[in-house]
Amino acid sequence: MTEFTPNEMMTIAAARELSNDDVCFVGIGAPSAACNVARLTHAPDITLIYESGTVGTKPDVLPLSIGDGELCDTALFTVSVPEMFRYWLQGGRITTGFLGGAQIDKFANLNTTVVGPYDRPKVRLPGGGGAPEIASNCGRIFITMALTKRGFVETLPFVTSMGQGEGGNHRERLGLTTKGPTRVITDLCILEPDPETKELTVVSVHPGVSREQIIANCGWPIKFAASVIETPVPTETELAVLRDINARTKKAHEGAGTGKEAA
Amino acid sequence: MARIQPLAEAVADNVRDGDAVSMEGFTHLIPYAAGHEVIRQGRKDLFLIRMTPDILYDQLIGVGAARAMKFSWGGNPGVGSLHRFRDAVENQWPRPLEIEEHSHAAMANAYEAGAANLPFAMLRGYIGADLPKVNPNIKSVTCPFTGETLAAVPAIRPDVTIIHAQRADRKGNVLIEGIVGVQKEAVLAAKRSIVTVEEIVEELAPPSPNSVVLPSWVVTAIAHVPGGAFPSYAHGYYARNNAFYIRWDEIARDRESFTAWIKENVLDAKPEDFARHAAKNSVKAA
Repeated sequence: MTEFTPNEMMTIAAARELSNDDVCFVGIGAPSAACNVARLTHAPDITLIYESGTVGTKPDVLPLSIGDGELCDTALFTVSVPEMFRYWLQGGRITTGFLGGAQIDKFANLNTTVVGPYDRPKVRLPGGGGAPEIASNCGRIFITMALTKRGFVETLPFVTSMGQGEGGNHRERLGLTTKGPTRVITDLCILEPDPETKELTVVSVHPGVSREQIIANCGWPIKFAASVIETPVPTETELAVLRDINARTKKAHEGAGTGKEAA
Repeated sequence: MARIQPLAEAVADNVRDGDAVSMEGFTHLIPYAAGHEVIRQGRKDLFLIRMTPDILYDQLIGVGAARAMKFSWGGNPGVGSLHRFRDAVENQWPRPLEIEEHSHAAMANAYEAGAANLPFAMLRGYIGADLPKVNPNIKSVTCPFTGETLAAVPAIRPDVTIIHAQRADRKGNVLIEGIVGVQKEAVLAAKRSIVTVEEIVEELAPPSPNSVVLPSWVVTAIAHVPGGAFPSYAHGYYARNNAFYIRWDEIARDRESFTAWIKENVLDAKPEDFARHAAKNSVKAA
């Protein structure tokens, strides 16, 4: 068995969640890596959409931003940003949204806005971007982020995008017909909302990870499902594809210019 | 009809202290050269509008040109924080910055409402999110036909919109290609507009009857500034300089290094300095 890092396990486990039939709205960073590994392994016909308006894109290197030229060059077509959010996202044409976040709570609500009070923040984060409406308008949401005490918190200072809200049937009560977050893929394990309470519970533990490690890295008393499986180890192909695209990406981003010239 | 004029004149004629200014470009075609000219001319108390205030607005905020900003995502894409934006919000340096924060969907709808001459935009948005609690400009309307409650935000009507485009013809018609973002809506929503372009050509020759063209009679001023979108990019001309976006994190982290960078590369520079970026990367053109 080839050695792999927790981060590689996370990306590969996230990639496995996607299939050829998915029309996926891709967030930048970890989600983008997972979606493209899926496309380059078991889901070659997956439709990847970035909020810059690029539809059916097949980037050879991972974009640094959601609007790198690579996305437009390899897309089936490119629409304006209002059209992207109105017709394609709000129009209900997207099966799966793939998001990351700075902080998440036990009901998979996300915060990317502030740490501390909104008016006098301790840390001002970038904000929601497309996430509030991606979270409500996609058929279902996958989230990928590393499991840490700072990231997985009991109470969010700010709800940037709604996951399962207060749990139970909160989404239905607000008139939502989409599922919201159905899987959270971390570097140690995979979580799913409990069918009744909607609280995130561990359903799959990555190879070599202990329950104690998971408990120690979560900011709330995390629950385990009645039946917990072990996540299958990454295959040689999955690892090769991920490492290849990461290497190409690193080279491309550092090579676009010397970085020394001034603007 | 659009006037073709030097960038400094276009900015002097159209951007005033206190204006609501929108500089758009969704990662692509960001009007850096024009933004730098606004800084050089010392415009102040601006109400900045932009969906994704990235490095350019970090620069405007850091020099103290803005009193407020309306936006939906304020980061350095794929890199991290905007340090000058954070310093303004967290420490009020160099001056306090009032913020009006939305989601992308709401901003895109609000530009479209502005272009359509409507007073507000509605969307199925902000459900279960906290932004409506902190932004009084997010309200709701009830559909008169179904009774559904929808989010409502005011239309965006900038005093002036500034964009960068691939090319214009001598009459002042403008062509935009690639990731077209929200630029057409931002120009049509504004009272005045400035477009910087990579090239001015005899014949615009749009590649398709459905190309995104802004006719001369909706544009106020056009300035020929090759390379004017650097370190962003111009599809068909030069690639995004991701290395510079990564390096900006270091430059902007510290007030002194930021101020020194602005002096050397903005205050003591001129629009023609951008041309070398167009030439340098042209072989990598998309």
